[in-house]
Amino acid sequence: MVQLTLPRNSKIGKGKEWPKPDGAKKLKKCRIYRYSPEEEGNPRWDTYWVDLERCGPMVLDVLFYIKNTIDPTLAFRRSCREGVCGSCSMNIAGRNTIACTQGWDEIAGSTITIAPLPHLPVVKDLIGDLTNFYAQHAYVQPYLKTDTPEPEKEWKQSEEDREQLNGLYECILCACCSTSCPSYWWNGDKFLGPAALLQAYRWLIDSRDEATGERLDDLEDPFKLYRCHTIMNCAQTCPKGLNPSKAIAEIKHMLVERVT
Amino acid sequence: MGGGDLYLTGEVKMALSQDYATPTARARGLGSAKSGVSSYIGQLTSALALAVLVPWFLFSVISAVGAGYSGAVAWVARPWNAILLILTFGAAFYHMRIGMRVIIEDYIAKSGTRTALLILNSFAAIALFAATAATVLKIWISAGA
Ligand code: SF4
Ligand code: SF4
Ligand code: FES
Repeated sequence: MVQLTLPRNSKIGKGKEWPKPDGAKKLKKCRIYRYSPEEEGNPRWDTYWVDLERCGPMVLDVLFYIKNTIDPTLAFRRSCREGVCGSCSMNIAGRNTIACTQGWDEIAGSTITIAPLPHLPVVKDLIGDLTNFYAQHAYVQPYLKTDTPEPEKEWKQSEEDREQLNGLYECILCACCSTSCPSYWWNGDKFLGPAALLQAYRWLIDSRDEATGERLDDLEDPFKLYRCHTIMNCAQTCPKGLNPSKAIAEIKHMLVERVT
Repeated sequence: MGGGDLYLTGEVKMALSQDYATPTARARGLGSAKSGVSSYIGQLTSALALAVLVPWFLFSVISAVGAGYSGAVAWVARPWNAILLILTFGAAFYHMRIGMRVIIEDYIAKSGTRTALLILNSFAAIALFAATAATVLKIWISAGA
């Protein structure tokens, strides 16, 4: 459903300005979205000052600096801190990306603005609720499906066929793409979104998979697939440099191929 | 990507948490419609036809401007022009119907309103085609060619 304005209790107010750290020479201003379901009131923008000389190179380091030295109540998700787990996705300076590979020195302007991924229910602070996102991933059955009895040793695949999976298998399910997609904002309950569709395609073109037809059946739907209008936000924002919109175009192409 | 006005909290979250359907049930919804490819093909095909027909149409209209009313009527009455005109209107309103459908599906979430608008959209497209095609035929036939 299109929401051009926020519901009243989601409007973001001005928050607290935290004191500057003592003795810092190189300071950076950070504006961070804060919301806690346990507290009264609307979400707010809190301002923190980060001593860059005592902080690592990435935006994730900035968040840790704040959590460890200024405000331990700040909530965010992270695990690997090296761009492979997809946990630390958030909106940094207006772009969805993962905080652990985004250098703070790459952000133009005097302030770093950090918010949760757009258009998700907020659990707390920078943590969005990805329940539906994961359920949509499960919908595409992201695993090998076969009827042929399993070979004794392994399912074989030629080198060329394996190459087809490049640019797809690297997805870390960070949800940056889906939450950057206007179609997903308006119809995320029905449109599967770029991340799930990229994974769907990853299994559609796997030469070992035997469920291609059923997979296509489950996707051919005005909402589940055809809400994608090739807006390309997804490809622009993917922190792993993948191109979900191309994968979606390939699925549409396969569906045409099936009837022509 | 818009900044601050897309974060949902409070009431919206409450509404979600009071829905006891499982995430899987919600993601599956009513299941796949197993349709959509034909309208996708229709959209591409009509776009292709229009890529040829629209430049022809514009070129003809611009060159017919000087000929006045009777010149324009004579132009429409020429068989090939009449046929191409009907095809242009057909492709255009067919394409328009698919495009409007996409817009309605994108932006109208309420299912009853959406169904009503989709039906209205079909009626409008077919009515516009009937009216324009009938006009061309009338001119063609009354010119006695
Ligand atoms: S395609 Fe890219 S942006 Fe989307 S979930 Fe995968 S890694 Fe993240
Ligand atoms: S290309 Fe498709 S999936 Fe990607 S942002 Fe655009 S509409 Fe969304
Ligand atoms: S912490 Fe794992 S991707 Fe950032």
